[in-house]
Amino acid sequence: MKMTMTQKILAAHATGRACSPSAPSLRPGELVMARLDLVLGNDITAPVAIREFPKFGRARVFDREKVALVPDHFTPNKDIKAAAQCAAMRTFAKAQEIVHYFEVGHGCGIEHALLPEKGLVTAGDLVIGADSHTCTYGALGAFSTGVGSTDMAAGMAAGETWFRVPSATQVVLRGKPRKWVGGKDVILHLIGMIGVDGARYQSLEFSGDGVAELSMDDRFTIANMAIEAGAKNGIFPVDEKTLSYLREHGAKPPRIHAADADAEYARVVEIDLGELEPTVAFPHLPSNTHLVRDVGNVAIDQVVIGSCTNGRISDMRIAAEVMQGRKVANGVRAIVIPATQQIWLQALDEGLLKIFAEAGCVVSPPTCGPCLGGHMGILAAKERCVATTNRNFVGRMGHVESEVYLASPAVAAASAIAGHITTP
Amino acid sequence: MKAHKYGDNVDTDVIIPARHLSTSDPDELAEHCMEDIDPAFAARVRYGDILVAGRNFGCGSSREHAPIAIKACGISCVIAESFARIFYRNALNIGLPILECPAAAKAISAGDDVSVELAAGEIADLTTGQRFRAEPFPPFMMELIAAGGLSAYLKGKIK
Repeated sequence: MKMTMTQKILAAHATGRACSPSAPSLRPGELVMARLDLVLGNDITAPVAIREFPKFGRARVFDREKVALVPDHFTPNKDIKAAAQCAAMRTFAKAQEIVHYFEVGHGCGIEHALLPEKGLVTAGDLVIGADSHTCTYGALGAFSTGVGSTDMAAGMAAGETWFRVPSATQVVLRGKPRKWVGGKDVILHLIGMIGVDGARYQSLEFSGDGVAELSMDDRFTIANMAIEAGAKNGIFPVDEKTLSYLREHGAKPPRIHAADADAEYARVVEIDLGELEPTVAFPHLPSNTHLVRDVGNVAIDQVVIGSCTNGRISDMRIAAEVMQGRKVANGVRAIVIPATQQIWLQALDEGLLKIFAEAGCVVSPPTCGPCLGGHMGILAAKERCVATTNRNFVGRMGHVESEVYLASPAVAAASAIAGHITTP
Repeated sequence: MKAHKYGDNVDTDVIIPARHLSTSDPDELAEHCMEDIDPAFAARVRYGDILVAGRNFGCGSSREHAPIAIKACGISCVIAESFARIFYRNALNIGLPILECPAAAKAISAGDDVSVELAAGEIADLTTGQRFRAEPFPPFMMELIAAGGLSAYLKGKIK
């Protein structure tokens, strides 16, 4: 045996190389063909895949219920070209009778918040998506990884693709995080420790008694940024919290895989959650982390609270708790982006949107928008933004001389109020 | 062929900034390739040139537009100390040759005349006379690159 959770899911889906009594385990480095439970694309990557699709010589997608198409990046359409890309995806979805196509306003949202919310991923699934943050669904105990558009097209045509079995870094989480410390601080701390290529080609396998102290939303945030450490995927064990999340969202029955006790890890790192403090990643790498209390007076121009990393309802609640009855500092634009239509509605019902608006935030419809420098909050030269997003590369949110500081919703909200980077 | 050299962690946001992702036209993408870290690149690069970089080349977004832009610029091969995994897959899938070779990536300087023998994994810096060896691709991958990418390679092979 000796397999990690990721290796077990790959083994369960392998088609070209069935595990046999004489070779019962997959080895790191081995190439396998594997069945796909879901293939995802968005309005940036799917149009390229749709153009490639006919070249594979198949008229129809392998299974119209196992393809998800989500217009979320440059939507609501930011310009004519973006509109044309969305139109291409819409036309394809209609022609192929894709079941999981989500129209703007009709329950749509940011793909990696949306798919779990709609119950489209369950524990034990194997998912590829033409978006690097597809690794988010590892929070549900699934193997999910980002690919490019050609791989997406091949996946849509064939329903299977090849994988190199990854070796693993085990991340043992201990203890319980303090108030105002969340999943974002955990993953920024980890990336700061191991670097942006610290888990390159590997799976990040989370374990330890600290997992139970993390909400599902925290786990989504952590798995989401596995790619920022270079990882192929990040994955959490399935526990009661996972199972009740899957039940509540109407997901298919889970297939639970646990790592073998003698699974082999290339590296083991341990994090005491109780020791963590609010953390911020300075430009221009997610690994450039500092404790917020050490940063001094870093004045800011903008705050973005949202994205596939931190646009879920608990993120909205934390930001609202910090902002309630207070005002965004003069000179700061605060943009709040609930990640899906359902989260937007829930935030409305709970009175959170009113808190944001009264504090002086603008509340955006669901969109990836500013995270990748698309629209809805682009930065000018020299401007600084504290964002709950996932990347702070040169020019990521706008001008090449702008700066993005990555932090949790608590730190972003507190910074919006203070006008500089700070904790609640 | 002339080498263009960059450092570690060249991400896909600087290879092709998202503001240009409202198109997937290769020639249009090529005009903006590397513009946020090297605005003169698209004008300077010549057909057949080599791109040389440090660790974790192509990290970040899964946008296939990144290798598409590099290929459409005329770059014939990317040599790096290491590649981010999604970029690695994407580059081969669209038929952009890439070689992982830390020694060559470190030794080659910007402007050096470099030749690459892909099938053998051989890299020569003709300016300094140094020769390097990368792990060559297996025959199927050479076929895939020659076909121009995964879709052309697989066409007819899918039942």
